[in-house]
Amino acid sequence: MTPRNRVLTCLVLLAAVAGFAGCGKKKVAPLTDSAPPISAPAPIAQLTATPTTITAGDQVVLTWHTSDATNISIDGIGDVPSSGVKTVTPTTSTSYHLVARGEGGSADATTRVTVNPVQVAVAVPQDTSASSMTADEVFRANVQDIFFDYDAYEVRPDAAAALSKAAAYLASNSTVKVLIGGYCDERGSNEYNLTLGQSRANSVKQALVQAGIAENRLRVVSYGKEKPFCTESTEECWQQNRRAGFTIDR
Amino acid sequence: MTALLRTLPRLLNVSLLLLTIGTPILKAQQDWVRTGSNLADQRIRLAAADFKPVGGDPQTPLLKASFDATLMSDLANAGIFDMVSKSLLPTATPGAPGEINLATWAATPANASMVAFGALSASNGRLSVYGWVFDAKNPGSPQVLGKQYNEIANQDNARMVAHKFADEIIARLGGGVNGICETKLYFVSSRTGSKEIWVMDYDGQNQHIVTKLGSISLSPRVSPDNSRLAFSSIGKEGWTIRMFSLELGRPVNFPAGIAGGSNLSPAWSGDGTKVAFSSSRSGDPEIWVADASGGNLRKLTAFHGPDVSPTWNPRTNSQIAWVSGRTGLPQIYVMDQDGGNIVRMTDGGYAISPSWSPSGQFLAFSWNRKYGPGAPGGQDIYVMDIASLKWIQLTHDAGSNDFPSWSPDGRHLVFERTVGGHTEIWTMLADGTEQHELTHSGKNFMPNWSWK
Repeated sequence: MTPRNRVLTCLVLLAAVAGFAGCGKKKVAPLTDSAPPISAPAPIAQLTATPTTITAGDQVVLTWHTSDATNISIDGIGDVPSSGVKTVTPTTSTSYHLVARGEGGSADATTRVTVNPVQVAVAVPQDTSASSMTADEVFRANVQDIFFDYDAYEVRPDAAAALSKAAAYLASNSTVKVLIGGYCDERGSNEYNLTLGQSRANSVKQALVQAGIAENRLRVVSYGKEKPFCTESTEECWQQNRRAGFTIDR
Repeated sequence: MTALLRTLPRLLNVSLLLLTIGTPILKAQQDWVRTGSNLADQRIRLAAADFKPVGGDPQTPLLKASFDATLMSDLANAGIFDMVSKSLLPTATPGAPGEINLATWAATPANASMVAFGALSASNGRLSVYGWVFDAKNPGSPQVLGKQYNEIANQDNARMVAHKFADEIIARLGGGVNGICETKLYFVSSRTGSKEIWVMDYDGQNQHIVTKLGSISLSPRVSPDNSRLAFSSIGKEGWTIRMFSLELGRPVNFPAGIAGGSNLSPAWSGDGTKVAFSSSRSGDPEIWVADASGGNLRKLTAFHGPDVSPTWNPRTNSQIAWVSGRTGLPQIYVMDQDGGNIVRMTDGGYAISPSWSPSGQFLAFSWNRKYGPGAPGGQDIYVMDIASLKWIQLTHDAGSNDFPSWSPDGRHLVFERTVGGHTEIWTMLADGTEQHELTHSGKNFMPNWSWK
């Protein structure tokens, strides 16, 4: 060992001791307690739905695979085998959430199925769509949610198609008034998220005004994180919640 | 022996390193927050004797149990006493000055500097309590405090009398700062199915619903004189600032809170004459201020991006701290009450929900310093010294923490903590120690500590 190496080793040892000492205030547990247990591998979980978008009444196939898990369950379905396939028939848009627990911890996976209302009109030769769908159904089919990035309230480029479809519908249904709701994901404070939701709803309102919709037909309200669409702490769920949603303002 | 002598220097070395590296840094960090929040470094060793039951009224034992437990808990919560464990107390329960043998309380194992004791009785539906505090180290002239209470005999009053006696002791032994045992905590709870405003004693007892609007009510802020409660509620007109008279038990008018857009997060000035809040009536969410009557409305901020969650400097009533998203992620800012002299306080991350300390010296707020997709770290409660911008983290590795609110004595903070989908109300001392959960069922959040 060269003198230089010895100095280095001393420094490393000193740093290690200092690192330990830095935790002194926290009443460090005896070393025997802090020795890690024989580590079990962490579970892995996968969950997919095919297809992810259906019309009400259609079937969806859920497929899941897990490893190193002893207890696997899907919310709303219950305990399931470690791998499997199941056919479900959701009537409304649903997030399926799988949790796999094992000795090495837990893992979860989520998949979302969007369920569109039945469009009877498609099967009917004459154009009776207006009469066979309720006004709300026609509205929902034409005026759809606008999604936002994290902590942002600028309308994203990928929302352009949905916005022009909404503007076209509102232009040809000039008596319809709209309530635009701004929503946020669960992160951050209730108060800050209410202002963020307000700004999201405002941005969408401005985009529709730019597209020629009269301002007095558009009302905005913020729901912040008070009325989440889904409640899992996953990016997929958060994205569902970061949106502006529309209802007919009666 | 020689082996021990040889290892001794190494052991000493390690303990020296512990002392020189570990403790002083943490201690120095806590020192300024402890000094500024009246948390004495040298705590008074105080013994609270079980009170002596007098007379044979069947109500007495239960009233005495509530009184003893409340007094012990109040004194332990105060943050300025080193309480003698009940198991170390002398077995005698003195009920009057002539019945106490001070030497046995001053001696090992109790080693008390001060002793609180007294007698409690119920008779003819009245609760009668005599309480004393004696200085165990001054047997010649021991009496520090003597108090007498007479109330209708019930559980609420047994707790209330214990709170009053505890506050007397805290004021007398704690440098004249009034105790907080009779203060209230307002908060939001969804336990009835809708988010309503609730109130409870500072120790979590005595929980009651205040509003019954059946919609969503948030951000309760009680006025400095405890007469009115301001909050935000959603209805046909969107989010409005509402006023509830705690004296009349019904809503009262606040015209400034209704004019359209989202009206959120009201905040009383320390003198009770003004209310600041966030409003998007002009398009963008900005900070506005109105008189407490709802008149004389004016806008303080004018910058693109969300502005919300104002809090007044309660010492001067001339400054407001608030949250702004003008540069992206929300940060804490301070401005003069006319909107001038804007200073950014936090240097990054995601900073929300400021509360200004009663002394005017500190801001408590919730901060996620490593915020970003996939980044580690949590949302924790911090205290910042406003003059130096020094800060200290008070919560660590325990869920997501938000909405700190100072107690009127500046020694405590109440806050909300979410762990595994459950949000409950917690309190702690201003240095982050002695964290206690106050609520245990349903979702309880957005706590606000009354001013007195």
